[in-house]
Amino acid sequence: MVIDCKHVWGHISDFLDDALSSEARKLVQKHLEHCEVCSAILDSTRNILILTADERVFELPLGYSERLHARLEEEIRHYSH
Amino acid sequence: MPSRPGNGSATKSVTSAALAFLIFRQNAMAAPLSAENPRLAPRVTGAHLPMSQSPDRNAEAHVISAILEGRTDLFHDLIRPYEHTVFSMAMAVLRNPQDAEDVTQEAFLKALRNLHTFRAEARFSTWLVSIALNEARSWLRRHRAIESLDTSDETDRIAPELLCDWREVPSEVLERLEVRNLLRDAVTELPLIYREVFLLREIQELTISESAQALGISPASVKVRLHRARIMLQRRLAPQLRPLAPKRRRFPW
Repeated sequence: MVIDCKHVWGHISDFLDDALSSEARKLVQKHLEHCEVCSAILDSTRNILILTADERVFELPLGYSERLHARLEEEIRHYSH
Repeated sequence: MPSRPGNGSATKSVTSAALAFLIFRQNAMAAPLSAENPRLAPRVTGAHLPMSQSPDRNAEAHVISAILEGRTDLFHDLIRPYEHTVFSMAMAVLRNPQDAEDVTQEAFLKALRNLHTFRAEARFSTWLVSIALNEARSWLRRHRAIESLDTSDETDRIAPELLCDWREVPSEVLERLEVRNLLRDAVTELPLIYREVFLLREIQELTISESAQALGISPASVKVRLHRARIMLQRRLAPQLRPLAPKRRRFPW
């Protein structure tokens, strides 16, 4: 069985999560071996996910940690009295 | 006035808590890379550790017991590894750093007050993330900032951006502010139902079933939404990030 590009796009997410059945995975892999477009889509998606999930994307505001722990300390003091 | 978490005495806690604290600290600083998801491995660059480097679960359980036995001050150390991920999540849901900070503080306080209800079957991080997500959602409700009520997963198929080749964009590009803004905008502008799933899976690294539990939806819906979220990001970001890839050298000599 051969699958077309559109079919492969529908499997990108599960492919990245290694959540495809072994049969479907083989079909996708076979397609990727000769399809530059789908390979580039898969590589770019993987790359983009790694970049967007990097903790530098959502920077902490200056003094965030100090304020958080000061607020927690107030609460913790209630427990110790 | 909040109630004291747990009701055990603090008698045996001093030595065991100190020990647990030491183990905890050590593990939090030197935890091995998660081998569960190899595609996340390239995230380790420079001084930034991947969020999958969460503390050892047993050590964490010891710290939690010690806190419930009266060593409430250890809560500071318990949550330190999660400060950033909880903030990132609140920020992506609320899109405003001030609101995200308020919600993050509330979520951590709620976690402290309800720590006695935490059951060890779940990961502490998952529990914490569920609390933070609920706080962020109720903030949105209170402020009537409910976004598109479109919760349908049946909208048209989204096609990815078609490319003929892709050269890896290294994470060093994140040193540039405009690139960080580009990525942040792409995430925060995803519709809420896709944004939530993206956050839980990609940033918090929850499993499909943990994400389903946190959102109160089926694992199948998580998969559908996640797929859409990923394709939407690829479609939007691929053309913008592509020029940032290092050029191939035609003449290496």
